[in-house]
Amino acid sequence: MSLPEPAKIALDAFGGLKGWEQRARLLMQWGDQLSAFSESEKSDEHLVHGCESKVWLTGEISNGVWQFRASSDARLIRGLVALLLARVNGLSAEALQGIDLPEWFNQLGLGRQLSSSRSNGLNAVLQKMRQLTQA
Amino acid sequence: MPLFSPWRADFPAIAALQRQGQTYLDNAATTQKPQALVDALSHYYTNGAANVHRAQHLPGAHATQAFEDSRLKAAHWLNAGDSGQIIFTHGATSALNLLAYGLEHECTAGDEIVISALEHHANLLPWQQLAQRRNLKLVVLPIDAQGVIDIEAAATLINPRTRLLAVSQLSNVLGTWQPLQRLLALAKAQGAMTVVDGSQGVVHGRHDVQALGCDFYVFSSHKLYGPEGLGVLYGRNDALPCLTHWQYGGEMVLTADYQHAKFRPAPLGFEAGTPPIASVIGLGATLDYLDSLDQHAVAEHEHALHRRLLEGLQQRDGIQVLGSPDVALVSFVVEGVHNADLAHLLTEQGIAVRAGHHCAMPLLKSLGLPGAIRASLALYNDSDDLINFFAALDQSLELLG
Repeated sequence: MSLPEPAKIALDAFGGLKGWEQRARLLMQWGDQLSAFSESEKSDEHLVHGCESKVWLTGEISNGVWQFRASSDARLIRGLVALLLARVNGLSAEALQGIDLPEWFNQLGLGRQLSSSRSNGLNAVLQKMRQLTQA
Repeated sequence: MPLFSPWRADFPAIAALQRQGQTYLDNAATTQKPQALVDALSHYYTNGAANVHRAQHLPGAHATQAFEDSRLKAAHWLNAGDSGQIIFTHGATSALNLLAYGLEHECTAGDEIVISALEHHANLLPWQQLAQRRNLKLVVLPIDAQGVIDIEAAATLINPRTRLLAVSQLSNVLGTWQPLQRLLALAKAQGAMTVVDGSQGVVHGRHDVQALGCDFYVFSSHKLYGPEGLGVLYGRNDALPCLTHWQYGGEMVLTADYQHAKFRPAPLGFEAGTPPIASVIGLGATLDYLDSLDQHAVAEHEHALHRRLLEGLQQRDGIQVLGSPDVALVSFVVEGVHNADLAHLLTEQGIAVRAGHHCAMPLLKSLGLPGAIRASLALYNDSDDLINFFAALDQSLELLG
């Protein structure tokens, strides 16, 4: 399956990392690139349930493909969410169904960093994306 | 000056964790186990498992003997004497649920159940749900800025309508000893039943249920260096007859026919089904081990470590310690830093601490915090563990700064 361009960039960036500090810095940089949510956007409607920290998500479809925006009050989570967005933005609802989340983070070399509660949280984000596409 | 733990080598998992680059400071969640426990489990399983209180055969007799010995050891640990009975449950949570169901018939609509603002969910939800089932009022005692139940407020909130008081001995978030003697006296003066959640308290120092005078005292084996799946419920002789049977089946029955049954009194009547036999035997071995230690030396070591942990945190800029912890643990937040971010980076550096709400969501909400980091100590921790922790903390904060 061909990857979206941002996903390729993410793979390049995270592929060659050594050590937790580099990884953490890069994660935070990726998180900082997400556009901030306004206070009114940080609504219960946009909140993803099942995350340790607060994650908000919105999505819209144009020309048959989905674009999501997301944010979190925790910086490293924001980075992880940014990496998820890089993988899924620009996909059709159908392609979104086929996303293997653990596989994506393994490819990035972040599989080991995902505690089960954290990967549950990211999974909750993906589930909410799928719900949005089914609504 | 380094603080060595002379008991560290008695816990084989600590060395194993060290080889994995892990510093274990999540002891309020669960503890590592002494070799004595591992040996007892191994001995039981390699020498013949058997069910207890049922069979006439030799393996059954051995298992029953070891099982009942553990009951005596648990009673001894709490200095229960012949003041009451020890009931084994499937955990502290299970014990508190047993109480909330077994004492339900004692409560009528309009009665009040009193807990405190700092209760762990295990000592909140069973009472909250009981209150909903029976139309009772759940009264929540406030805490002061130090993290101690406000005894003056308690004196007015505990009143003639109070049917039961259920409070923690030591807070799992704030590390504060609670004024049990005075709270229990207030409850008793109103004729209310008293339940103490000793899950954290029992791990630090020795406690005497006769001196406390509570009706029920609950603790969890796995937090006291014992096996999981096992809770201990002490019930005072005067209070046990109030407890109705809750779960049915197995050897808790005295006589049964198809339409009716009669049940045993405590303790067996409250131990439905096959109990966690190996865990009970293992707890006995753990208590033997703990009993063999110099209690003063353990307490001194724990206090010295705790002081160093607390002072180290207080010396750092922007760190806010929750309450005024007395012992065992410190919960804290850092100004401008999300606890999930800090937890993430501590985890990356092999520091095992807890982040989040610590199973006390209402307490964290009342403090206006989404969560906190908690470092919690055990008798096998040493000053090197704290050095690792602080080094990782400083690195994390530098990165997040």
